[in-house]
Amino acid sequence: MNTATIPEAEISTAPAEAGAQLSLFRRLLRNPVAVVSMAWLALLILTSIFSPLLAPHDPNLASLQDVLANPSAAHPLGADSAGRDVLSRLLFAGRYSIAGALLTVVVSLVIGVVSGLVAGYFGGWFDTIASWTSGLLMALPGIVALLAARAVIGPSMWWAMAIFGVLISPAFFRLVYASVAAVRDELYVDAARVAGLSDTRIIARHILTVVRAPVIIQAAMVAGIAIAIQAGLEFLGLGDTTKPTWGEMLNDGFANIYSSPMLMLWPSLVIGVTSIALTLLGNAMRDVLERSGSASRSNSKTPMPTVSAEPVVTHGDADRSAEELLSVEHLTVLYDPPGGRQVIVVKDVALNVRRGEVHGLIGESGSGKTQTAWAIMRLLPEGARTTGTITFEGQDLSTVSPRQMQRVRGRKIAYVPQEPMSNLDASFTIGHQLVEPMRLCLGISRQEARRRALDLLARVGIPNPELTFRAYPHEVSGGMAQRVLIAGAISCDPDLLIADEPTTALDVTVQAEVLELLRDLQKELNMGMILVTHNFGVVADLCDTVSVMRLGRIVETGPVMDIFANPTHEYTRSLFDAILDEETSRGPLENDTTDEGVPA
Amino acid sequence: MTTLLNCRDVVVEYPGKGFRKPPFRALKGVSLDIRPGETVGLVGESGSGKTTLGRAVLGLAPVTGGSIEFEGRDIAHLARRARRALASKIQVVFQDPYTSLNPSLTIERILTEPLTVRNVGSAEARKRVKDLLDQVRLPTDAGTRLPREFSGGQRQRIAIARALALDPVLIVCDEPVSALDLSTQARVLDLFREIQDRTGVAYLFISHDLTVVRHLSHRVAVMYQGEIVEWGDGDQVTAHPQHPYTKRLFLAAPVPDPVRQAERRAARKAFAKSDAGAAVAG
Repeated sequence: MNTATIPEAEISTAPAEAGAQLSLFRRLLRNPVAVVSMAWLALLILTSIFSPLLAPHDPNLASLQDVLANPSAAHPLGADSAGRDVLSRLLFAGRYSIAGALLTVVVSLVIGVVSGLVAGYFGGWFDTIASWTSGLLMALPGIVALLAARAVIGPSMWWAMAIFGVLISPAFFRLVYASVAAVRDELYVDAARVAGLSDTRIIARHILTVVRAPVIIQAAMVAGIAIAIQAGLEFLGLGDTTKPTWGEMLNDGFANIYSSPMLMLWPSLVIGVTSIALTLLGNAMRDVLERSGSASRSNSKTPMPTVSAEPVVTHGDADRSAEELLSVEHLTVLYDPPGGRQVIVVKDVALNVRRGEVHGLIGESGSGKTQTAWAIMRLLPEGARTTGTITFEGQDLSTVSPRQMQRVRGRKIAYVPQEPMSNLDASFTIGHQLVEPMRLCLGISRQEARRRALDLLARVGIPNPELTFRAYPHEVSGGMAQRVLIAGAISCDPDLLIADEPTTALDVTVQAEVLELLRDLQKELNMGMILVTHNFGVVADLCDTVSVMRLGRIVETGPVMDIFANPTHEYTRSLFDAILDEETSRGPLENDTTDEGVPA
Repeated sequence: MTTLLNCRDVVVEYPGKGFRKPPFRALKGVSLDIRPGETVGLVGESGSGKTTLGRAVLGLAPVTGGSIEFEGRDIAHLARRARRALASKIQVVFQDPYTSLNPSLTIERILTEPLTVRNVGSAEARKRVKDLLDQVRLPTDAGTRLPREFSGGQRQRIAIARALALDPVLIVCDEPVSALDLSTQARVLDLFREIQDRTGVAYLFISHDLTVVRHLSHRVAVMYQGEIVEWGDGDQVTAHPQHPYTKRLFLAAPVPDPVRQAERRAARKAFAKSDAGAAVAG
């Protein structure tokens, strides 16, 4: 949530963004790959429908004079080994190939989507059976099953395609199942349930909308596979030889490949292009629906806009004796995606941290406090541009090379994130994640790093360091994980610790302990510290100085004691006013005369 | 009738994960009652079972023991269909305003969703949406827009409007302000109170924040490890806690005042060293 959200007060009256309502089809028309694919498929469908009108000959009319005839006015693409017109057969074959592919899609769609919805939404015994069946079908070799079916049922293209539909239905089942399972526990589905909606209504309103797009994409892919499989079966001679199909034409062409190689060309061209068109169309739909466009890169051509300086309420500096550790001046952070809207998230920020001082950076979401912290560490995501100077121990961090910066981070500047769990790699033990950075940063041996890591774990208050050292992140609680990250942050003895909402994700009793730990470590190591938070209680607990941020700017800064005693800026005051005071409570329900049944 | 909702020895068990694992007991016999028009605050930390109790009242958690009586009738073991009939009486506002609204539906469709159950005509439904948006202080033209166009506080107002759509007598509020900014939080809390004063709806107000709960609740229950450890009038429980765990919770919350926070910190340390503190240490 570090992007700017609409402020509470600013409610525009603009109608809903048209883009959201724009249909899939209209958006596809803007994608050249999709347009070409759709044009080919449309052409194919139209020529197949109107093949009786378009075809110069009856596709099954054999003519002995024309056996393997070369292209001529009578036979534009020549004739096959039975003297049948290749163009006519190609046109008529489209009907069977497309209808066969459609049959496969419909069969697999119906089986896969219905069972996926039921299994995903209701779970229970049906889920178990359906998942097992789906796994079984996927393990079954498709061609072997189709061969067996042919042996029993006989050469029927329709049956083969329908059976193939059953065989490929897990493709839909698994997709739908996964999507449904993902939304089934969404709060809005719970809210609908509480609102009294029936299950069918919930599925229709909330679940189908989620499943719709991926199913359409999958259908295009399955159609492509079905056409290829069908051609494969016919090519092997396992199809129904009475009907013209592309695969059967391929078979005929293959038999005469030496005498008339062109016979192979036309059906393989049609099969190939159609399969590719369906796959590309599926991909294009995925791109359009999931908006996986080009990543936003910085548009460095446009000049940086000048950000005007605004007065900052500054309270008297309490202690000028300590050495200045970090000095940020005129820091501005801008996101400038090409074709997108320019957003300035940090505006002309100035910040000073002395050695051994804890500086709080407080503000509401979207105020730019995290962006400021990331800018100092130069960890802003791609697409961000910064100006201003960041002087750390006499060195301007905004000009050093990325390589040098890497050396500063971790060794000199350490970081404690908000979400402890997502900042530990689930596939490595906690010990490994502590030891490796220390070996790299401090250049010490594995044994030495291990000994240090155990000391650190003990230092951050972990009751059984040996056990935690060997544990994986999912085996420890959120509070423990945050202690581990703090241990990692201080492992290389940094001069500056940047903690970004380090206790927001934690329970209040755990928060108190972690704050206590940070306080002790900061004193012990005499670190400078930047504490990003939205909680005035946390600032009061830990900070020496504080800066209040609003819409990318620092509006008030100074020693904590002064600002809490005498907030001057209008915005700081409004924040203090919003704090719920601890004295007033609501008291018991009025006009409540029947004071009975209050269990002790 | 003086009690609206009466929970008696409610037990909620989730089946164990894995073969023959014992079930997980999220609630170990919880008793609590709510009167019409009253706010009962439910405080606890993650894993204490406070959300589970709310979900049990809503019929979203499996109640395996005890009873939940609503207007004199046991609702803990109702069939799906019978449960749906209760929808107009008990509603919910969830914690996360980002996932509690379907991102692909317009605000109008979100707000009319509960109304469709009652077969309200479309013209009347539209009128009702305007009325609801007005009640939660959002512009009446907000209906045509999508959730992503609104800030967290505004989304939570939309979620409140949805809860109000069927004129409920009880709303379960599950951490409704903890995802919101400070200034927004205060305004949304005021809105909750104002709606209660006007409509006489009762709240089961779940939060981890003692200050928020105190602000809104007539009575407060403190939950710890699936049980209610303290239960009584809001000012008593939140200002003069008796149970060691409530004391610990109270002392852990930082005060936004450097001087008083220093005192509280000292008190917290002293308490942690005492026997009572050691008994409930995390």
